[in-house]
Amino acid sequence: MDVMKKIKIPVTRIEGHGLITLRLGEDGEVAEAKFHVTEVRGFERFCRGRTIWEMPGITARICGICPVSHLLCSAKTGDAILAVRVPRAADKLRRLMNLGQFVQSHALSFFHLSSPDLLLGWDSDPARRNVFGLMEKHPELALEGIRLRAYGQKVIEALGGRKIHPAWAVPGGVRSPLSEEARDALAAGLPEAMRIIQDAISLYEEHLDDWAEEISTFGNFPSLFMSLVAEDGTWEHYGGRIRFVDADRNVVADGLDPASYQEYIGEQVEGWSYLKFPYYREAGYPEGLYRVGPLARLNCCDRMGTPLADEALGRFRALADGKAVTSSFHYHYARLIEILASLERIGRYLEDPEVLSPRVRAEAGINELEGVGVHEAPRGTLFHHYRVDEDGVIQWVNLIVSTGQNNLAMNRTVRQIAQRYLTGREITEGLLNRLEGGIRAYDPCLSCSVHAVGRMPLKVQLFDQGGALISERVRA
Amino acid sequence: MSFLDLDERLVELAQKVEVVYSPLVDIKEFPDGVDVTLVEGAVGNAEHLEMLREIRRKTKILVALGDCAVTGNVPSMRNPIPREDVLRAVYGEGEVPGLDEGEVPKLLPQALPLAMVVPVDGFIHGCPPPADRIWKFIRKLLSGEAPALAGEDLRFG
Repeated sequence: MDVMKKIKIPVTRIEGHGLITLRLGEDGEVAEAKFHVTEVRGFERFCRGRTIWEMPGITARICGICPVSHLLCSAKTGDAILAVRVPRAADKLRRLMNLGQFVQSHALSFFHLSSPDLLLGWDSDPARRNVFGLMEKHPELALEGIRLRAYGQKVIEALGGRKIHPAWAVPGGVRSPLSEEARDALAAGLPEAMRIIQDAISLYEEHLDDWAEEISTFGNFPSLFMSLVAEDGTWEHYGGRIRFVDADRNVVADGLDPASYQEYIGEQVEGWSYLKFPYYREAGYPEGLYRVGPLARLNCCDRMGTPLADEALGRFRALADGKAVTSSFHYHYARLIEILASLERIGRYLEDPEVLSPRVRAEAGINELEGVGVHEAPRGTLFHHYRVDEDGVIQWVNLIVSTGQNNLAMNRTVRQIAQRYLTGREITEGLLNRLEGGIRAYDPCLSCSVHAVGRMPLKVQLFDQGGALISERVRA
Repeated sequence: MSFLDLDERLVELAQKVEVVYSPLVDIKEFPDGVDVTLVEGAVGNAEHLEMLREIRRKTKILVALGDCAVTGNVPSMRNPIPREDVLRAVYGEGEVPGLDEGEVPKLLPQALPLAMVVPVDGFIHGCPPPADRIWKFIRKLLSGEAPALAGEDLRFG
């Protein structure tokens, strides 16, 4: 007879809502672990009938944390449908906004959401293990995190006129140039932001030994990694071509055309999660597990392309003797290094007189009936794919969002942590916290990945083999 | 997210209120006897519905935060389309999550604003509401004034 057990856990402090279920085998060990995503909104369907001009504004509403990512990706898809090359200044300004987005989103992930685990400890009081508790214990760090995120938001606001959901990028370019005054204000704020991130990287590096246990179990396994890289292999966030590397950092595929993503990425649907499971076609499902986002981008690229970030990349690479860093715990490290790289690049753009050019938009009609837009969002590679009629009215939409591509990896991470920390038939506080921490390392924007509305917590349930609930944890 | 754009004001807020349940904290059960709850998002699935009713039972002042909660906004764009049609467009012809009761909460036929499900005591408009507007609303609450905005602060979008 089946005597299987299953556990459920809700995860908070991830943007969105997830549920973990664990199922025990006859030997009492974890036989199966699933990370369910419980939200869907249906953008792929209700965008049909809208025009490409509306799509940046509509798809930006997929997410409140990285609306800029969808805004820019949708505008790029529109560029492909207009069949235009956007003016150089517009290209630079869009990149500048995306870098601002990296700074604010990564700062939010690290300081507001994850640093309470890292600095207050996974076993500290859950009622205080949050950004408000951080304000009590480490007020300076909490305030610096707030200020760093605010700097990223200021970059977005300087370009788009508001911090969230700016209606600024459009097919063909952007609506408005950067003013000299706004440029100067951003330049004035840069030194403080640079200091904050360099201090944060030092802090992380000093604590590495304290987290050895978690580093070895939070999604620590060999896998493929995917990201965009520039033509010369440099770290990229907006253009470039797709590269896959393996755990030894051997290049598995390179120079792939982002617009042909369907040739190398498959999408599996599972009835137990609203989030689809993308995989590398050549390896099949689920063996074609690949990771995206900060860890993947640092593993894929040859160099960061700016001096301080390249120094940091050297220290990051040393963790794995030059091979790929395979513990998802180090998403945190990679995220901090990407903030540094983004700030250095923001500095370069602010010194470039072309960013003040008023020539920022190419006008054209509908010249292609299909378009794909791809770029790097903070959480990983983002794909928008539209088919339109002669008037530019949407007939069909596919979106492959960043978090979805980490779905297989997050599931595997949950299993690894459960196998390590589950003892007996009880969901202990320690297990719960680490399951959450393991998922949080990916910074999954679940509202984004399943185009969800609510932001609710995650729950863990433990079931026996027969499917009977034996333990549930929703932290009282 | 706009809430976080309160920036340094978050520190001031933390001194005046106790945040008992939020995406930012680790408490997973909604506590009893809560003074104020800001709820964002439209009500789109069975779990949202259950959660919202629980929040209403346990909260004195329930506030709809943002246009999705106030009007249904973008998520309600699916409302004229049959539920199965929406799910098939996303997941294809095979197994589809959310069509029936199962391991994920069932999708409701329509995405609803909060006030169509439970009584709502206050509304903060905007997509998203600017941080200054949220702050103005919170200050009114803290000083015991009626939780209502006026004029420019009633703008959508």
